[in-house]
Amino acid sequence: MSASSRRDLPPIVDYAVIPLLNLAVAFLISGLVVLAIGENPFEAVAIMIRGALGYPEGVGFTLYYATDFVFTGLAVAVAFHAGLFNIGAEGQATLGGLGVALVCLSFDGAPWWLVFPFALAASMAFGAAWAFVPAWAQARRGSHIVITTIMFNYLAATLMVWVLVEMMSEPGTMSPESRTFAEATRLPFLREFLTPWGIDLGQSPLNPMVFVAGLAAVFVWLVVWRTRLGFEIRTVGKNPTAAVYAGIDPAHVVIVAMLISGALSGLLAVNEVMGTQHRLLLEFVAGAGFVGIAVALMGRSHPFGVVLASLLFGILYQGGAELAFDKPKISRDMIVVIQALVILFAGALEHMFRPALVKLFDRRRIRAEGGA
Amino acid sequence: MTGQPPPAIEFIGIDKRFGAVHANRDIDLVIEAGTVHGLVGENGAGKSTLMSILYGFYAADRGEIRIHGRKARIASSADAIRLGIGMVHQQFMLVETMSVLENVLLGAEGSQRIAPAEKRARAALARLAADYELAVDPDAIVADLSVGEQQRVEILKTLYRGAEILILDEPTAVLTPAEANHLFRILRRLTAEGKTILLITHKLKEIMAVTDRVSVMRAGEIVADFATKETTIERLAEAMVGRRVLLEVDKGPSVPGGVELSVEDLVVTDKRGVRVVDGVSLEVRSGEIVGVAGVAGNGQSELIEAIAGIRRPSGGRIVLGGHDVGGLDPAEVRDLGLAHIPEDRHRMGLVLDFSAEENMLLGHEDDPAWAHGLLLDRGAIRRAAVAAFDAFDIRPDDPTLRAALFSGGNQQKIVVAREVARSPRVLVVGQPTRGVDIGAIEAIHRRLIELRDQGHAILLVSAELDEIRSLADRVLAMCQGRITGECRPDASETEIGLLMAGAKNAEARA
Repeated sequence: MSASSRRDLPPIVDYAVIPLLNLAVAFLISGLVVLAIGENPFEAVAIMIRGALGYPEGVGFTLYYATDFVFTGLAVAVAFHAGLFNIGAEGQATLGGLGVALVCLSFDGAPWWLVFPFALAASMAFGAAWAFVPAWAQARRGSHIVITTIMFNYLAATLMVWVLVEMMSEPGTMSPESRTFAEATRLPFLREFLTPWGIDLGQSPLNPMVFVAGLAAVFVWLVVWRTRLGFEIRTVGKNPTAAVYAGIDPAHVVIVAMLISGALSGLLAVNEVMGTQHRLLLEFVAGAGFVGIAVALMGRSHPFGVVLASLLFGILYQGGAELAFDKPKISRDMIVVIQALVILFAGALEHMFRPALVKLFDRRRIRAEGGA
Repeated sequence: MTGQPPPAIEFIGIDKRFGAVHANRDIDLVIEAGTVHGLVGENGAGKSTLMSILYGFYAADRGEIRIHGRKARIASSADAIRLGIGMVHQQFMLVETMSVLENVLLGAEGSQRIAPAEKRARAALARLAADYELAVDPDAIVADLSVGEQQRVEILKTLYRGAEILILDEPTAVLTPAEANHLFRILRRLTAEGKTILLITHKLKEIMAVTDRVSVMRAGEIVADFATKETTIERLAEAMVGRRVLLEVDKGPSVPGGVELSVEDLVVTDKRGVRVVDGVSLEVRSGEIVGVAGVAGNGQSELIEAIAGIRRPSGGRIVLGGHDVGGLDPAEVRDLGLAHIPEDRHRMGLVLDFSAEENMLLGHEDDPAWAHGLLLDRGAIRRAAVAAFDAFDIRPDDPTLRAALFSGGNQQKIVVAREVARSPRVLVVGQPTRGVDIGAIEAIHRRLIELRDQGHAILLVSAELDEIRSLADRVLAMCQGRITGECRPDASETEIGLLMAGAKNAEARA
């Protein structure tokens, strides 16, 4: 037996116990911070959970936030599998919004189900196009994708200001946003379908994109683990030398993986622009691109994990908003602190508890062998 | 007790665990002063752990070490050096841009001013050179030295620090046969002067040639301890593996057919523009194994990578079954009937994080046999993997395990199984048994001969001369990017060795 064989933990530990342990520590420290500013952490948790899951409207908001995070989380996860750290989901989603807005404004007044496929296609195409340039630069010119995608986030923000101010803003208004889409062209809210059934989603902007997010997760799982392309992506991510040996062109795979990643990021814009805001405005992505990084880290780049982590962050967002509303002492910044702690423990310190757990399991195994 | 000197080293009840791995189990071992003592065992048998404990890298969980009869506490390599223990690592620990003298002094300057220390060291080196055939120019830059000379610098370093006990870890892995013989002469001189040598190697021939006693480790234990005179290679191999092994490969004469692979005037340059393959021409016919012998780093790796399409040649032609394949990519070359077992299975041949069955796909992921519409046909992949595991007796018998969890030998069998599965026209094999246990070596060698007998053309590159001699039907020697000569596999080791050292050397020594 080689030493490494003993270094493996049961999958349940790797995929459930360790993330939960990390999460618990993040919450424990968050609790201490809440305590330090003179609030009761247990009460705070209760408010958050009630706010996020306690009534249909809260659930609606939680799922709406989670929808955004699933798209960006999957985007980052796909890039991870190819060994790439795509920091640019924010910018790719921003450009996706431009695509969606162009489609909706062109077909303004047409029924939403007619526009919907074009909006989806445009969001993916624009997101992918924005990811293509950094991908190409990395694959063919060796520029580091972390640097270029960060730069492209700034470029996207600046481009958006220019487009909205100079080209898309309604004549006579001062606000940098496009005109609002016609009622018929907007994605319907799910609350419109559910109210007759006695479920009151309140003002939550939950829309059909939540189902698209679910499909996207299944799609990513199929592509990564069940197709030749996914095999090639994972090979390049795990061992580029072996990929070259096998005849896989890493540059090509890097570009394709980033196109998929950018397309997934772009889909967020359909949820926001066509489904929620009904117009294009500045900074509608609101940091969801960066949350996607945390979500992908926490979900260990597995679509199922990404969905779970997205729900957690959805709860944090929605519950956090309620908490800030109920407890003036706890500002929205507190929520940012909690998120940062989750990212710190789930992402950056992911392996902190691993050696101890490995030791624990080794000891148990030795005892089991000794007894045998 | 009479005038008998105490043993140089005594291990008494040494025990060491790493997690659940019991690396050393209650080791008792006595190394007599003034002898060459061999320590053999397969990968993971516990040799390195034991030596690391002796040299202060690890602390034993239990047991004690006595040096020259006195109980020793060795908590660091500094303690070991103080006790007169010196270690020559397999990977040299030299500063390549410094001179020999500076390397010898490094860490043993003894004073703030360098000049007097250099004077002392220069005198000491001259004395050591005369005493032990350890002549190296003290002012030469290490990077300019041959590998054999660099190794002598390593030995000089330990002797300069007053080593009485020398541990050598696989010292001949990078040496030509002539350099290895020189090393053995040095070892003899050292023991004649009362020094003690502990030689770790997997080459049983060397054990027989140079040691006084030999101990065999298996699974963390000393399983045998012989006076070298009273044992044989077969008995050592049996002790290492725990069962009888066939060391000689049984093969009939080859029946070469048409030329399947021909390389003409191949030139490969590296990033710095050095011609690492410098005008190589060779031919491999169906039904024969052509061996390329050479000390590692003489262009063999680049040669096979160029043939496999991984490196782009900068000159010459590579013809595979009538197609000019120079400049094609690895997938295209593979489609034309080439299989490639790479030298380094960890870096190139496998994706260690993938399951064994996924590794069976590597390079063949576009095979329609695996396609099920747009998806991969997992059932077909599983069936192929199970069949390969049966055919090659790969253990543990579970293709869903990560490749990293298999032993070196079983990992290599996974690579071999994948590469021969599609009955390739030409098989290019690099170091097929490096880091592979004896049992698996036997199986892999048998399989290569079978493939030859079925009419495949095989190009075999190996740094193990014994492997080349027992498998190849024709032997080419390679040195500094050139083919320096061709001989029959039953040519004497000296003859092949001289070719490996380059034609010029051969002439000089003739």
